[in-house]
Amino acid sequence: MKRFVGFVRKEFYHIFRDKRSLFILFGMPIAQILLFGFAITNEINNVNIAILDQANDVTSKEIINKIAASKHFSIVDVIQKESSIESIFKKGKVKAVLQFENNFGSNLIKEKQAYVQVLTDATDPNMANTISNYISAILKKYQQELNKNTSKNYQIVPQSRMVYNAELKSVYMFVPGVMTVILMLVSAMMTSISITREKEQGSMEILLVSPLKPFQVIIGKVFPYIFLSVINAIVIVLLSIFIFNVPVNGSLLLLGIESVLFIITSLALGILISTISATQQTAMMISLMGLMLPTILLSGFIFPISSMPLPLKVISNIIPAKWFIIIVKGIMLKGIGIGFIFKETAILVLMALLFIGISVKKYKIRLE
Amino acid sequence: MKNKNVIQVENLSKLFGGFAAVNNISFYVKAGEIFGFLGANGAGKTTAMKILIGISSPTSGKVTVAGFDVYKETESIKKNIGYMSQKFALYDDLTVKENITFFGGIYGLSKKQIEQKQHELVGELGLQEVVNSLVGSLPLGWKQKLAFSVSLLHDPKIIFLDEPTGGVDPITRRQFWEMIYKAAHNGTTIFVTTHYMDEAEYCDRVSIMVNGKIEALDTPKKLKEHYKTNTMNDVFLKLARG
Amino acid sequence: MNIIFYIIRKEFKQIFRNKGMLPIIFILPVLQLVILSNAATYEIKNIQFGYVDADNSSTSRGLIAQFEASSFFNVSEKFSSEKEASQAMQEGTVDAYLNIPVHFERDLQKNKTNTIGVFVDAIDGAVAGVINVYITQIIQKYNKTIATDLIQISDTIQQPNSIDSIPLFWYNQTLNYKTFMVPGILVLLVTMITLFLSGMNIVKEKEIGTLEQINVTPIKKHQFIIGKLFPFWVLGMGLLTIGLILAKVIFNVPLLGNLALLYAYTSVYILVILGMGLFISNFTDTQQQAMFIAWFFVVIFILMSGLFTPIESMPKWAKTLTEFNPIKYFVEIIRMVMLKGSGFADILPLAIKTLAYAIVMNGLAVWSYKKTS
Repeated sequence: MKRFVGFVRKEFYHIFRDKRSLFILFGMPIAQILLFGFAITNEINNVNIAILDQANDVTSKEIINKIAASKHFSIVDVIQKESSIESIFKKGKVKAVLQFENNFGSNLIKEKQAYVQVLTDATDPNMANTISNYISAILKKYQQELNKNTSKNYQIVPQSRMVYNAELKSVYMFVPGVMTVILMLVSAMMTSISITREKEQGSMEILLVSPLKPFQVIIGKVFPYIFLSVINAIVIVLLSIFIFNVPVNGSLLLLGIESVLFIITSLALGILISTISATQQTAMMISLMGLMLPTILLSGFIFPISSMPLPLKVISNIIPAKWFIIIVKGIMLKGIGIGFIFKETAILVLMALLFIGISVKKYKIRLE
Repeated sequence: MKNKNVIQVENLSKLFGGFAAVNNISFYVKAGEIFGFLGANGAGKTTAMKILIGISSPTSGKVTVAGFDVYKETESIKKNIGYMSQKFALYDDLTVKENITFFGGIYGLSKKQIEQKQHELVGELGLQEVVNSLVGSLPLGWKQKLAFSVSLLHDPKIIFLDEPTGGVDPITRRQFWEMIYKAAHNGTTIFVTTHYMDEAEYCDRVSIMVNGKIEALDTPKKLKEHYKTNTMNDVFLKLARG
Repeated sequence: MNIIFYIIRKEFKQIFRNKGMLPIIFILPVLQLVILSNAATYEIKNIQFGYVDADNSSTSRGLIAQFEASSFFNVSEKFSSEKEASQAMQEGTVDAYLNIPVHFERDLQKNKTNTIGVFVDAIDGAVAGVINVYITQIIQKYNKTIATDLIQISDTIQQPNSIDSIPLFWYNQTLNYKTFMVPGILVLLVTMITLFLSGMNIVKEKEIGTLEQINVTPIKKHQFIIGKLFPFWVLGMGLLTIGLILAKVIFNVPLLGNLALLYAYTSVYILVILGMGLFISNFTDTQQQAMFIAWFFVVIFILMSGLFTPIESMPKWAKTLTEFNPIKYFVEIIRMVMLKGSGFADILPLAIKTLAYAIVMNGLAVWSYKKTS
C-alpha cells in the first residue's frame, strides 16, 4: 500500500511540474465553456435578407416593416430585379430574398389571396427552413390582424408552454453538451498520453516488473487525473450556474457522483487507447482524431439522435458521452432523480468496467 | 600568419536570469588538438559547448570558432564544424544508408561524394550487413560510432562531441577513442566533453569546469604533477572538494 | 534547393514507415467522413407526441387525427391526466403533448375561440421552437377545416384575407442536410490532420534531439521549414481529393463551381494551418504540450466555424473572433464553390483574408523559429 501511495505521489509531481500542460488542462475547459455559452446558439438572429418589392404598395411596405422589426432578420439589401438574386446569393451576402409579386396589394383586395415568395439559400437547409418558418409566422400574424374585423373563424388557439426552458435558451442545450465533450476528451487524452509516455521512455517496463500489480499501476496512473477532471467538472458546473444561469433542478450530489462516474469511464477509455498505441503520437491522434468528431456528432450534443438514421442511432449507444448528456440534462434541467436515469448510469458503469477489464487483460498479456 | 587557434574564448559568460551558468571563462584550442572539456554534471560544460556550436548566444565575452565570430557568423561556423550530441541523434526510423544520405545532403555534399563517403564509412565500421537496417535496431555501440562518422561526413575542421561514450561498454569506448585519434591524426580538431575522468588521459589538454568557472587548464601530465596525483580522477576530486 | 529535397524525402519516408499512424491519417478520416456525415441533420422527425383528451368530442378527436396523419409526429400515448403526461416528459418518453380540457367543443362553439394547452420539452430550445411551429401549423390548418364544418347560418359569410408564403429553396431543393455537412466535415478532417501532424512533427524532433543536430548544420531556416511542412501540404491536398471523390460518389454532393479554384484556395488555406502547427511547435517542448494547445484551438475553431451553428446568430464580439478562425473561411468557401457555383470574384474577399492570414501566420512562425537561441 505504501508503495502504491508513493507511486501515486510521483504521478502528481509529474503533472504539477508541467506548468504549460497544467495551464491548458484547466484553462481550456474554462475558456471553451465561456466562449460557447455566450457565442454558440442555434437561434436565428439578425440573418441578412434582401427584399425584392415589385409591388411597392401599402400592404407590401407594411409587411416589410414587420419583418424589419423582427429580431431574427436584418434587411441589408433592396434589389430591383430578379436577375440580381443569383449574384447576391453567390456572394453570400444574404440568406434569403423576399419577393413581393407585382400586384400584391391589389391581388389581396380583389381576390383575397396574395403570395410572397421566400427564396432561401438552402445550402444551409436548417437555416433556410427556419427562415421560411419564421417568415410564414410573421405573415400569418399580419394576416390575422387584417382579418380582425371579418367574422372570426373558429379558432383553436394553442397556448404553448416550453417546459424546462421557458425562454428557449440554447445555453441549456449546449452547456451540458460542452461539459461532456470537454471532460471526455481531456480525460481520455490525458491518460492515454501519460501511459504511452512511460512506455516510450521505457519506464513502463520498470513499473511492470516492480512489486506493484498491473492493476495498481493503472489505477495509480489514473488517480491524479480523476482528481484534475473532477476539479474541471466542478468549475464548469459553477460557471454554468453562476454565469449562464443554467438551473440545477435536481440533486447536486447526484450530479457530482454521476460526473465522477463519467470521468472514470473516460479515463478508462484513455487507458484502453494506450494499450493499442505504441507511441505518444499514435495515442494522441487516436484520442483526438478518433474521439473528437464522433463525440461531438453522435452524442446528441448538437444533432438530435432521434433524427439520425438507424445504424447511427445504434452506434451512438457506444459513445459514453451520449449517456452522460442524458444524465446531465435530466438532473440539471428536469430535476429527475436516480430512478429515472438508472439505465444510463448502469450503462456507464458497465462501460467503465469493460474498458478497465480489457486494459488490465492486455497488460497481463504483456507480462507473460 | 594564420592564427593557429581554431577556438578562441575570452571572458565568456552566459547568464540565465541571475544565475551564471558560465562565469567568465577564457581558453583557446589549437588546430589538430584533442581538447577535453571536463566537469561534473551541471558545471556548465554543455551550456558553454552550445555557445561554441552556435545554437546558443553568449551573454558577454568574445568567442571565435574556426575564425568566425559566434555572435554574428554562426552559420559560417556551422559549415566548418561537426557535432555529435549526447543522444547520438540519428533517425531511428531511417536506415543507416538513409541517415548518411540525409546528413550528407544537408551539408551540401554532391551525390557522388555522398556515395563515396558512405562506402568508406560502411567499410570502416563494418556495417555492410546492416546498411539497410533501421538505425533504431542497432546496438548502442554501433549507433555511437555511426553518429561519430556522420558528424565527419563533410570533413569539418572541428568536431564537438558531447558525452560521446555514455552508456557504452569499455571495449567499445576504447574503439571509439581509436576513431577519435585517427580523426585527430588527419588534422581534425576534437573538442570533447565527458565526465569520465579516465578519458581525460587521452586528451592533449583538458580544462576542468567547476560551478561555471574553469578551475584547471593544462595537459593531463602537468595537471597530475601540479596536484600531486596519479590519475585525472584524483585531480578532479581535489578540485571538486574545493 | 537540393537540401530541401533531402528533407522532404526523409519526411515522406518517415510518414509512410510509421505503420501505426498510416491508418489514422488515411483510413480514420475517410471512415469518419462517410459515417458521421449521416449523423448531421436538424430535421425533426419522429417527434414523440402524446395527449390528454378530457373532452373526447368529434372536434378533439379530429384534431388528434391530424397529428396522427402527420409524418412528423409519432402519436404514442393517450394520457389519462396531465400529471401522467408531465411524468412521461420527465422520463423522456414524449417530446410534446397536448392538453385538451373538458367541455372543449362546447366552449369553442359558444365563444368561437378556445385555448388548448401545448407542452413542449424545451431543453433543446431550437428543436422545441420547430416542434412548436409544426404543432401551431397543424392547429391552424385544422382551424380552417372546422370553420367550414361548424359555421352557422347566422354568421356573415365574409371571406377572410389570406397571405401565404411560397418557400423556394435554392441550391438544395430537397433540403438535404448531407449536402450541407459533408463539405464542412471534410474541411474539419483536413484541418485536424494537417494541424496535428505538423505541430507534433517538429516537437518530436526536439524531443529526440535531432532538431538540435539539424540546428548545428548550416541549413538555412527556410530550407528546413519548407522541407518539413511540404509533405503535410501534400497530405492535406491528397485528403481533400479523396474527400471530394467520396462526397461526389457516396453523397452526391454537387460540384457546381470551378474545381481548380477550390484547389487553389485550399493550397493557400493549408499554408495557414501548417503555419499554426509550426508556430505551436516553436513554443512547446513536448509532443503532449503541442497536442494540448493544438486541440484547444481546434475545438474552438470547430465550434465557432459556422459548421454546426450559424455565425450570423453569434453576438458581435464572437463574430469578430471568428475573423481569426481559419476554418470559418474554408467552410464558407467550400460551400459557396461546391453548392452555389460561386466564382473567383465571389470568394475574393474571403480568399484575400485567408492569404493575409497565411502570410502573417507563416511569417510569425518562421521568425519565431530560432536556430540560435
